[in-house]
Amino acid sequence: MDAVAEAEAPQTMLQNTPKMSTRRVNVYYGETKALKDVDLDIGENQVTSLIGPSGCGKSTYLRCLNRMNDVIDGCRVEGDITLDNVDIYRSGLDVVQLRARVGMVFQKPNPFPKSIYDNIAYGPRLHGLAETKADLDNIVEISLTRAGLWKEVKDRLLAPGTGLSGGQQQRLCIARAIAVNPEVILMDEPCSALDPIATARIEELIDELRQNFTIVIVTHSMQQAARVSQKTAFFHLGDLVEVSDTEQLFTNPRDQRTQGYITGRFG
Amino acid sequence: MNSFILIAILLTLATIGYSFGQRRARKVSGGEPSTLHSRPQYYGLYVALWCGIPSLILMAIWLIVEPQVAEWMLISNLPEDIQALPADRLSLLINDVKNLASGNIVSREIDGALQRAADGYASARQIGNAAMVVVAIAIAVIGLGFAQRHITPTLRARNLFERAVSVLMIAASTIAVLTTLGIVLSLLFEAMRFFAQVPWYEFLFGLSWSPQTALRVDQVGGSGAFGAVPLFAGTLMITLIAMCVAVPIGLFSAIYMSEYAPPRMRAIVKPLLEILAGVPTVVYGFFAALTVAPFIRRTGESIGLDVSSESALAAGMVMGIMIIPFISSLSDDVMNAVPRALRDGAFALGATKSETIKQVIFPAALPGIVGSLLLAMSRAIGETMIVVMAAGLAANLTADPLEAVTTVTVQIVTLLVGDQEFDSAKTLAAFALGLVLFAITLTLNVIALHVVRRYREKYD
Ligand SMILES: Nc1ncnc2c1ncn2[C@@H]1O[C@H](COP(=O)(O)OP(=O)(O)OP(=O)(O)O)[C@@H](O)[C@H]1O
Ligand SMILES: [Mg+2]
Repeated sequence: MDAVAEAEAPQTMLQNTPKMSTRRVNVYYGETKALKDVDLDIGENQVTSLIGPSGCGKSTYLRCLNRMNDVIDGCRVEGDITLDNVDIYRSGLDVVQLRARVGMVFQKPNPFPKSIYDNIAYGPRLHGLAETKADLDNIVEISLTRAGLWKEVKDRLLAPGTGLSGGQQQRLCIARAIAVNPEVILMDEPCSALDPIATARIEELIDELRQNFTIVIVTHSMQQAARVSQKTAFFHLGDLVEVSDTEQLFTNPRDQRTQGYITGRFG
Repeated sequence: MNSFILIAILLTLATIGYSFGQRRARKVSGGEPSTLHSRPQYYGLYVALWCGIPSLILMAIWLIVEPQVAEWMLISNLPEDIQALPADRLSLLINDVKNLASGNIVSREIDGALQRAADGYASARQIGNAAMVVVAIAIAVIGLGFAQRHITPTLRARNLFERAVSVLMIAASTIAVLTTLGIVLSLLFEAMRFFAQVPWYEFLFGLSWSPQTALRVDQVGGSGAFGAVPLFAGTLMITLIAMCVAVPIGLFSAIYMSEYAPPRMRAIVKPLLEILAGVPTVVYGFFAALTVAPFIRRTGESIGLDVSSESALAAGMVMGIMIIPFISSLSDDVMNAVPRALRDGAFALGATKSETIKQVIFPAALPGIVGSLLLAMSRAIGETMIVVMAAGLAANLTADPLEAVTTVTVQIVTLLVGDQEFDSAKTLAAFALGLVLFAITLTLNVIALHVVRRYREKYD
């Protein structure tokens, strides 16, 4: 694969060129194998959802995509994972740069115990994205607006981020992730700690963000997967069982196990 | 010795009561313990309580009251002319009578009246004690019988027992609180007596400390100056030096232990550091006086500085070593308590490990870290032994860490060592110093606790 040349390729490539792709990905925690030969392409400006029973390796897969597995002791990743056709596990790759391009939102909202403003400004400061204070203010406002939180917090930007409600905190974390202007956003069950109204807002938000970002979302709710994603991948016991267009997968699954899972027979 | 035997008897009775109660409960339940309100053990405990507690209370009261009653009886049995003696001579005489009664050495000739008084006193106490033993055992037996008779399936034995235990716990904590209160009040009152002799502004703001007052009129003694500023300054300087040593070492080792060290390493290093807090301070003291101070002196002289053999620097440095574990252990715990989610959040934004520590973990843990610093500081302020041995006794008002200084705690020690009059300004000054010290460490502790508590509220 001619990685370097293709890395420079502009985003105007064909829509169906995958933004990220994984080939023969195996992940081990110590001796146990958590993912087995996973081949999956993540389409650009699409929402891809990962579903499957608990413990099947969805979070593990997601963490491979921005190398968050690196910080887990005893975790080993094998296989090819590329972002814009560049191997993200090659030696010499700057993890800091990678994570600036592939952001992440976690299951439990985890705002830093700092002000709302500083929460958003944290990433841009880290990566030197703002020259002046005005630039930074601008980034903060844009990010909060995109996350649909600006109206609610614009009068209390200096209040602690931990003082917001759970749903607001999660939108704050999304804003924090988009403030560094990533290309891909990974979301690990972003709504599981939220009530239905907050969930609906985040789903709306995901749909809007799709214009500018590539999104991978792990979810336990099949309705949610059906509502927000264009492509769905079903994992089972570390195997990627089936991946196809969301509608196709939910109406006409090819694999017995998928059928069983989406009809609620196990999982 | 007598009371030990009595206590043993009472405990035995209580044990017997326990098994009686249990058996009785089984019996009244008609072989079906499930019909009882509480499990049989609680009926046993109920009987044991009735058996043990009243007689133990009686014994406690007796131990407090009996000597007074005996003495009062002794005095009222003495001849009229002796009773009319002035109070101090009377108490000397009574002491002799008591000594005579218990067969100790007596400071005067024994005459008939004295001997009679002593005999009467001894036999009265003997009879009294015997009566008490009998009564106590009787009460225990009566309590046992009474409680056992009371057992019915509906008796709420568990609730009664639990109430008794909670009363016991309340009593225990009351004793602790009252003791603290007593200490504070006595500090306060004695300090007031001191301030009646030396004005408080002179004590708090005076620049010269020389507590040697003349005991007799003709004695050549110090003038008696009670300006405590040199002591406060000395305390402050030594504490500052100690913190300068302990804060960087403590914080860096905390960061290393909580963030960088592999778990195995941490499991070894942390207890090793904590040993530092367990070394007796007197060991630190001679370490400071015999090793560190001469070292500092030699080093200082070799670069042409005038260093006294006892210096604030030596004491402060060694004290700093001593308080390292307060900072390192507590800060390590606090940083470990920062949720993993926060670290992940920072990593996911592309922060490196050191950036995460500096910008996320450290600020999040800061209140707890400040708490640990304050605790370490109050420990340093209260430390005495190292300073006595390494910093000297001279109350110099100086900002030079190479000179000898003294601290509040050291002066309290020197004021009270040796024979003292208990109402001289010199002795009372110790209470005033103690009060100031108490106020300072209390304030630091309150602030530290407050800060730590605010930190706790953050992550739940
Ligand atoms: N840090 C870890 N150390 C060891 N094993 C792990 C670790 N994290 C996950 N695993 C194991 O890897 C497997 C996949 O875990 P993963 O968290 O990816 O599942 P998941 O699909 O996200 O499940 P859930 O829906 O419950 O979040 C599980 O068997 C799990 O026990
Ligand atoms: Mg998961």
